[in-house]
Amino acid sequence: MLYRESGDFSSTYAEDSQTFPIKFDRYRYYFVLFVAIAVIPFMINDYWVNSLFLPFLIYAIAAIGLNILVGYCGQVSLGTGGFMAVGAYACYKLMTSFPDVSMLIHVLLAGLITAAVGVLFGLPSLRIKGFYLAVATLAAQFFLVWLFNRVPWFYNYSASGQISAPERTFLGVNITGANTQAWATYLFCLMFVIFSAYVARNLTRGSVGRKWMAIRDMDIAAEIIGVNPLRAKLTAFAISSFFIGISGALFFSIYLGAVEVGEAFGIQKSFLVLFMIIIGGLGSIFGSFAGAAFLVLLPVVLKIVGVDWLGWPTDIVAHLQLVIVGGLIIVFLIAEPHGLAQLWRVAKEKLRLWPFPH
Amino acid sequence: MKDQADGYITADGRQIGPVVMEMKNITLRFGGVEAIKDISFDIREGEIRAIIGPNGAGKSSMLNVISGFYVPQEGEVWYKGARRAPMKPFQVAEQGIARTFQNIALFEGMSVLDNVMTGRLTHMETGLFWQSLWKGKAEREETANREVAEKIIDFLEIQAIRKTPVSRLSYGLKKRVELARALAAEPSILLLDEPMAGMNVEEKEDMSRFILDVNDEFGTTIALIEHDMGVVMDLSDRVVVMDYGKKIGDGTPHEVRNNQAVIDAYLGVAHDD
Repeated sequence: MLYRESGDFSSTYAEDSQTFPIKFDRYRYYFVLFVAIAVIPFMINDYWVNSLFLPFLIYAIAAIGLNILVGYCGQVSLGTGGFMAVGAYACYKLMTSFPDVSMLIHVLLAGLITAAVGVLFGLPSLRIKGFYLAVATLAAQFFLVWLFNRVPWFYNYSASGQISAPERTFLGVNITGANTQAWATYLFCLMFVIFSAYVARNLTRGSVGRKWMAIRDMDIAAEIIGVNPLRAKLTAFAISSFFIGISGALFFSIYLGAVEVGEAFGIQKSFLVLFMIIIGGLGSIFGSFAGAAFLVLLPVVLKIVGVDWLGWPTDIVAHLQLVIVGGLIIVFLIAEPHGLAQLWRVAKEKLRLWPFPH
Repeated sequence: MKDQADGYITADGRQIGPVVMEMKNITLRFGGVEAIKDISFDIREGEIRAIIGPNGAGKSSMLNVISGFYVPQEGEVWYKGARRAPMKPFQVAEQGIARTFQNIALFEGMSVLDNVMTGRLTHMETGLFWQSLWKGKAEREETANREVAEKIIDFLEIQAIRKTPVSRLSYGLKKRVELARALAAEPSILLLDEPMAGMNVEEKEDMSRFILDVNDEFGTTIALIEHDMGVVMDLSDRVVVMDYGKKIGDGTPHEVRNNQAVIDAYLGVAHDD
């Protein structure tokens, strides 16, 4: 009886198509927003920000981006790491070339540059599908990492081949470099998360989203009702890469500070984000958050339980994490391909009727 | 019934308009196989035009030529008084030609409402920027198109299932949703590829009523392929009969029924070889 829709009537189409049509959902959403913006920043310290909040927020953006491409448009991509690297290096070049410009502009521009690169690597998607497209994006992954390793211009000819973020500000507050405050970096990333989720949700419930889903579900029928497949797929690649580029830029500049491309943006990163949306739920914005939260929380929880409480060796706990993630991927692919988001939906459907079975 | 240059009046008194689509000497080959051999026929505004023939006669190929999946090797397609250049299916859709498929081709992962709304895509043109904000133009356009979609949903009596995922529906309902999606585009020509395949008698009656109502209320020109002869003879104004890629008959149901070539094609003739 906690969760119900009785008494909620929508009398206009606009009301009916809003994101949270049920009042209870709406209030919970406002509550979460309030806590995220006005409560958490006062309570966190460096440890929580760096081990939990920043990776969660940044991966959530990447997961939203990849979910648009894979979950909504049905184009499998293994190039997430490469596209995040594009965002990171674009951000680095912009930060070092225009030191006085606000970080907000840099990150957004990095997203746009990644979008352009994404469109370029999305071009083969018109001809190839499924596994073959996955292999093509895999090529993008390896090519991009190779490019950032081999062309010194990208890392400003630094001796180590790494890029490291200089001190930059947003609204006068340091958010990159050595002297940052936990709350500032958190709020900066949170801003982009809210922006990404808002834009992604609006796009996916409108006509663009329907075009993507039509292509995903049956491309021939999509074409017959007037969807230009090339344009639909390329917009998906562009929007998806835009978000992934933003997350790459934040990952480098805010979270890590210094990056070696093969290590930070290798193929493992592509798989990590892909696992997030598989576990979280393909074709769901909430699923992107759930998957990111799950895979960021898992190692932290395992470390606390395994190492701190039970006193196991660290390497065993690290391996255990791989076993659990691998097992969960298999379970989810077989039992619930729509992931945590679908479990959540089913739970809500049951709660609406609870305690009655029908 | 009298045939005139700019239309005719049907047996039940409907006024049929001028030719809206004309196929001129269409030949379609797949390698050495000629699926369609030199076929010409026309579709007039407001009529229900049936294409019939035994299996493998090339009916579906013909529909695919009209909807742009196949480009014929020879012949011309004329649409609304102009020769149509070879175009992609989505461009054909933008010209106002919608269709359904023999095997249901709905978007299984979406709700009924979303499926019907995809039919409105050719009418929606707000850019990415406004859509990403869901304000102003984007919201107005969404609401306006939702109204049209709801009208179609009302018309086909599928209000109760509008939020249901399509994958949960029965076969007959899926067929109806597919018709709704095609109708939502407000097409000038509606192509139906075996709209009654696999249905029981009641579902067929429902579907026939919907087809007649669509033609009557929206004035939509309909071209359909169907195997159920009773339905075809009752519904259609004029019938094209195909066999082995050739046209063997064309005319009113009555004329076609008494055509010796048509009877031979359906019942078979004794060959002396």
